[in-house]
Amino acid sequence: MRLPTWLTQHLAALRALLVFTVVLGLAYPLALVIAGQLPGLSGKADGSLITEGGTTVGSSLIGQSFTDADGNPVPRYFQSRPSAAGDGYDPTSTSASNLGPESVVDTLSTDPEAASESLLTQVCARSKAVGELDGVDGRRPYCTTDGVGAVLAVFRADGLTGTVTRVVSVNQAAPATPFVSSWQGVPVELARPGEDYVAAGGLIVPVRGDAPAEPAVPSDAVTASGSGLDPHISPAYARIQVARVARERGADPAAVRALVEKHTTGRSLGFMGEPGVNVLELNLALDERFPAR
Amino acid sequence: MTMTTAGVVFVLSLVAALVAVYKPFGDYMFRVVSGTEQSRMERGMYRLVGVNPAAEQSWGVYARSVLAFSAISILFLYLLQRVQDKLWLSLGFDPVVPHGAWNTAVSFVTNTNWQWYSGESTMGHLVQMAGLAVQNFVSAAVGIAVAVALVRGFARSRTGELGNFWVDLTRIVLRILLPIAVLGALALMFGGVVQNLSGGTDVTTLTGGTQTITGGPVASQEVIKELGTNGGGFYNVNSAHPFENPTTWTNWIEIFLILLIPFSLPRVFGRMVGQNRQGYAIAAVMAILALASITLTNVFELSGHGTVPQAVGAALEGKEVRFDVSNSATFAAATTLTSTGAVNSFHDSFTPLGGGMLLGNMMLGEVAPGGVGAGLYGLLILAVITVFVAGLMVGRTPEYLGKKIGSREIKLASLYFLVTPALVLTGTAAAFATGNNSTALNVGPHGLSEVLYAFTSASNNNGSAFAGITVSTPWWNTALGLCMLLGRFLPIIFVLALAGSLARQQPTPASEGTLPTHRPLFVGMVVGVTVILVALTFLPALALGPLAEGL
Repeated sequence: MRLPTWLTQHLAALRALLVFTVVLGLAYPLALVIAGQLPGLSGKADGSLITEGGTTVGSSLIGQSFTDADGNPVPRYFQSRPSAAGDGYDPTSTSASNLGPESVVDTLSTDPEAASESLLTQVCARSKAVGELDGVDGRRPYCTTDGVGAVLAVFRADGLTGTVTRVVSVNQAAPATPFVSSWQGVPVELARPGEDYVAAGGLIVPVRGDAPAEPAVPSDAVTASGSGLDPHISPAYARIQVARVARERGADPAAVRALVEKHTTGRSLGFMGEPGVNVLELNLALDERFPAR
Repeated sequence: MTMTTAGVVFVLSLVAALVAVYKPFGDYMFRVVSGTEQSRMERGMYRLVGVNPAAEQSWGVYARSVLAFSAISILFLYLLQRVQDKLWLSLGFDPVVPHGAWNTAVSFVTNTNWQWYSGESTMGHLVQMAGLAVQNFVSAAVGIAVAVALVRGFARSRTGELGNFWVDLTRIVLRILLPIAVLGALALMFGGVVQNLSGGTDVTTLTGGTQTITGGPVASQEVIKELGTNGGGFYNVNSAHPFENPTTWTNWIEIFLILLIPFSLPRVFGRMVGQNRQGYAIAAVMAILALASITLTNVFELSGHGTVPQAVGAALEGKEVRFDVSNSATFAAATTLTSTGAVNSFHDSFTPLGGGMLLGNMMLGEVAPGGVGAGLYGLLILAVITVFVAGLMVGRTPEYLGKKIGSREIKLASLYFLVTPALVLTGTAAAFATGNNSTALNVGPHGLSEVLYAFTSASNNNGSAFAGITVSTPWWNTALGLCMLLGRFLPIIFVLALAGSLARQQPTPASEGTLPTHRPLFVGMVVGVTVILVALTFLPALALGPLAEGL
């Protein structure tokens, strides 16, 4: 029996796909799973798990939160970066924030479900919190001293032009104090939750302020990573945490600094990537050297 | 060394490596696609598939074979996802919803690898390795096969025959993709990429919390994801995930793998048409566009314009400490210049102009160097258009490699070029007209960029995203699925038809009036035509999105 050509082609396609599925979809990956059990690869293929006193405490490649049950930082540990993966460092729900570079206006609302923070306010709030925890200056450009984005909605007489008629600090609601009292002679109002000042015709103006150009809190401390699982912090962020960790553990800051140094990975071959400090490995080493009192 | 210097050395080292492999690897691929000797495994494959490897196909039969194979693949992948809960290694996940399964099936078969879902919470290990990873191999091989068929059209004369799709497919998979994948996977595993069948390990963290360390056959999929310019991550966060891309040197390897085949294919083209210098000219066009784009993306990201990057002090949101800004920008440029779409940082949080560059890279039609195969055939189409434009300027019949670019040829080339802009612009307009743009996370110009990026990525078969937008709704899954399908197979049909009509021609010997297509003049003209065509097509849309945000 001769089958029509359109059918023979699809039969050839089906047979080809099945053969490729066996070769590429089963034999190839399973052979590599077996290869992954060879010495030298086995620990890595299984996830670089770290076992401490008989229990598995994590993976050296996957970051962790060093916070208590309420989400507050545990001061005796070096802190990881902010994370957008689930409730933080959840490998079953990896994610970035995906907020854009001009995400500067919060949605204020009395209903916590409807409220959302702009990326700018998240950055400002983190910077303030890290500054307070580690005793450094937490100010940043475009941030208010109360830790939100310093952003005004400016209303003008003729839309984009004309005299300023009204100015609102869009990310600050009562009982805050506006971060500037007046703008081009017009007193600055606080925002009212639920109002959309952009839709009302306000021109969004972020205000730089007088914070130092190089903030004391490093950039990786105030930004979420792409994976939400970043195992590293920058050496700069580790540096500002040394004093606190040493104090909490009654250790010599120089010894803690040496441990940080030891757990810093430089660039591969001297030019690939940037140096990073593996936070989990560093904290494990601290627990061993300077057990909590 | 500052970050900028290290970033420059990083790019130069990639350039040096690609230059070093251009000849040997290109020559190797040339022998694979033009050789006739058969290994025992290949003979077995041909017997199982039921094809006669010596029988050549006309463009119509070649195209129907491509379409039949892809149709069956979509169907198979759809069914696999719909019944995954009944299969081995499902990890207890539910069957994928119908509109999602359709989208993913199309996405992986078209070499797009757009992902509306989170890998770690949607796809079982069997679907990942026997469904998705298999398509990573074969969809890449389909692209290369079509490019080779087009080059045969230039190289052959007075024939209807363009080769045999099944033979091309088999040889490309078994002799090019699989061996490199095995070596690459072992290297990545050595760096820490996982390769196991674990459903996850529960651990108690130092502060007493719990964490589930995920598992999976990741390395085997990771390597072909880059090598085949596919880009579909095992996990939601793709190559930013430490289990997909654990170190700064695995990052280098992944970028190298992304660029390896696309940048070496011009050598295959040069060898097949018997003039290596023609290959160098095409590679030069790719290199000029790619270097310009990588440089600009790095400049925009390192300068950190935009309110939030200024407040932070660097464009570090959505980027990993180990890659930081420069190596993330280089990866992002490489992934959008090709049809890869893998990401090691999140494009949505890039600076306005940096993100705009990534959009522009895809809008170029992904020809610098483009997806595996797709980049070469895309650039050859642009070369044909350039020859035509140049012919109009001096009033001569345009020819390329001795083949006349007549009305049928230029019609096919124009149709090829028009497919993606039509899909991108109507798709974006449709999203706004129907209110489906409301699923964008960001507002204002950036919200428009998210929608525009989604359609650009799908229609060009890239697969990266401004990932803030929620695209798991039936409307988005259906619309983007259609864009991926039409954006892949309409151009392939036009390319094969063009190959058929070129192969039939008797070559005209070069005369004094022939425009030499291996000289810097021609290289410059192709670059110019590419940039101008894209600027004319997309500038209005870009002006409303990234340019409005960044300027």
